[in-house]
Amino acid sequence: MTAALHDPLDIRVVRKIYPASGVREAQPVLKDIAIRIEPRSFVVLTGPSGCGKSTLLNIIAGLDSEFEGEIKLGGPETRVGYIFQSPRLLPWRTVRENIALALPDGDPKHARIDEILAQVGLEGFASQYPERLSLGMQRRASLARGFITEPDVLLMDEPFVSLDDPTAEGLRELLIALWNRRPTTVIFVTHDRAEAVMLGTRILRMSAANATIVSDDTVNLSPSERTDKDKVRAEKNRIFHET
Amino acid sequence: MPARASVDQPWQSRVAWGLGSLALFLVFWEVMALLIQHRHLPGPGLVFAAMMREFASGELTFHIGMTLYRVVVAFILAMLIGSAIGIAMGRSSRIDRIFDGWLILFLNLPALVIIFLCYVWLGFTEVAAITAVAVNKIPNVAVTVREGARSLSRDLDEMAHMYRFGWWKTLRHVTLPQLAPFFLAAARTGLSLVWKIVLVVELFGRSNGVGFQLNTYFQLFDVAMILAYALAFCIVIQLIEFGILQPLAARVNRWRR
Repeated sequence: MTAALHDPLDIRVVRKIYPASGVREAQPVLKDIAIRIEPRSFVVLTGPSGCGKSTLLNIIAGLDSEFEGEIKLGGPETRVGYIFQSPRLLPWRTVRENIALALPDGDPKHARIDEILAQVGLEGFASQYPERLSLGMQRRASLARGFITEPDVLLMDEPFVSLDDPTAEGLRELLIALWNRRPTTVIFVTHDRAEAVMLGTRILRMSAANATIVSDDTVNLSPSERTDKDKVRAEKNRIFHET
Repeated sequence: MPARASVDQPWQSRVAWGLGSLALFLVFWEVMALLIQHRHLPGPGLVFAAMMREFASGELTFHIGMTLYRVVVAFILAMLIGSAIGIAMGRSSRIDRIFDGWLILFLNLPALVIIFLCYVWLGFTEVAAITAVAVNKIPNVAVTVREGARSLSRDLDEMAHMYRFGWWKTLRHVTLPQLAPFFLAAARTGLSLVWKIVLVVELFGRSNGVGFQLNTYFQLFDVAMILAYALAFCIVIQLIEFGILQPLAARVNRWRR
């Protein structure tokens, strides 16, 4: 257990501007964002498409460093995992190799690859190449890769978008199960409100017009209530003021 | 792999068609030779006999060996240098802008001019011969590999960064597999280009090799020997294609749907 696990995450983005291009003036895509995230909370960032959710996630991940502000994820020891919107598996490596590559050579967690493949329902597909699998199965492999590294912070960018409902539902339940087994700090981006309520312990809403966070709500659902559709709907109505 | 095998025709059938096509050509050739009846168009039988005579004397093996050695060295040099240039130009738009004009110049410089200049500047040496062939091929490799380097996936780069691959794992598992089809394309077009240029280089400035032999028998108007050497070398190049390049291509593409 490193100290990093117990320190809250501090995310401060004073301003993020996309440079002017042609006729368009430079516009801030993000401004005045200050979030403190407690360890092992499941934070969902939600809002309409184009509101800057993914940009914020890339800044938190360290993939985008052109912004004013500061991101504190604990320390250099903090392991950050990222589950992307597209699975981003290496098509020329098998499912097992893709997962193994996320681990440093000689890491004892290599022994757990079969276990995690079974947990995501991919036992028997370990030696398949990703392109021979359905999108849902590729997403499972991507989840397995994200979880095998046991990251202190796990970033997820709409990982279940463009799947049919039952598949997405199954993957959400799988994610809840994996997270309950090993709670880690998750920042999850989605535009789907029901998904946000089902998964998150805290929901941050962003708006495109303001380029910032406009509301911050706690989700009052126990783990068992999260798979109950009526409970989720009621909570969604409460948080998003829907009727 | 089963998905692929069921779409492609089985290899036995491919071989059968290939051999059938070849046999048809030999029949056509024999018939033409019989109809024309001229010593400048020997039939396949005569050419095969000439080939066997040269083989028995050891001449054929020696000259093909020399040519093959030049092909292999020039090919490897061209692939290494051309790939390095292509990757640098594909990754850096500044390098690309500076040297794009050079690349176009070298692409359009006739092979013959490069051969003459190499022999004039470096003398009639082995180094000059191999340099001339490599310089002819390098721009082709560079252009092909540059396309590959330009299309490297940023998504996969970000993934490798997030999962802390480090430079070696990134190169081996992310970058090189993306470039592999481009290397392969450069290699396959390269082989056929290189061996043709090697023959010209040998004709002008070497005293052995298939090119040298072709020139000798051209001066004697011995068409049977010219064809014997040309066909023997074609066979060697086809063996390289089927024995090395095609299995390599199958290996590189085994993950495709």
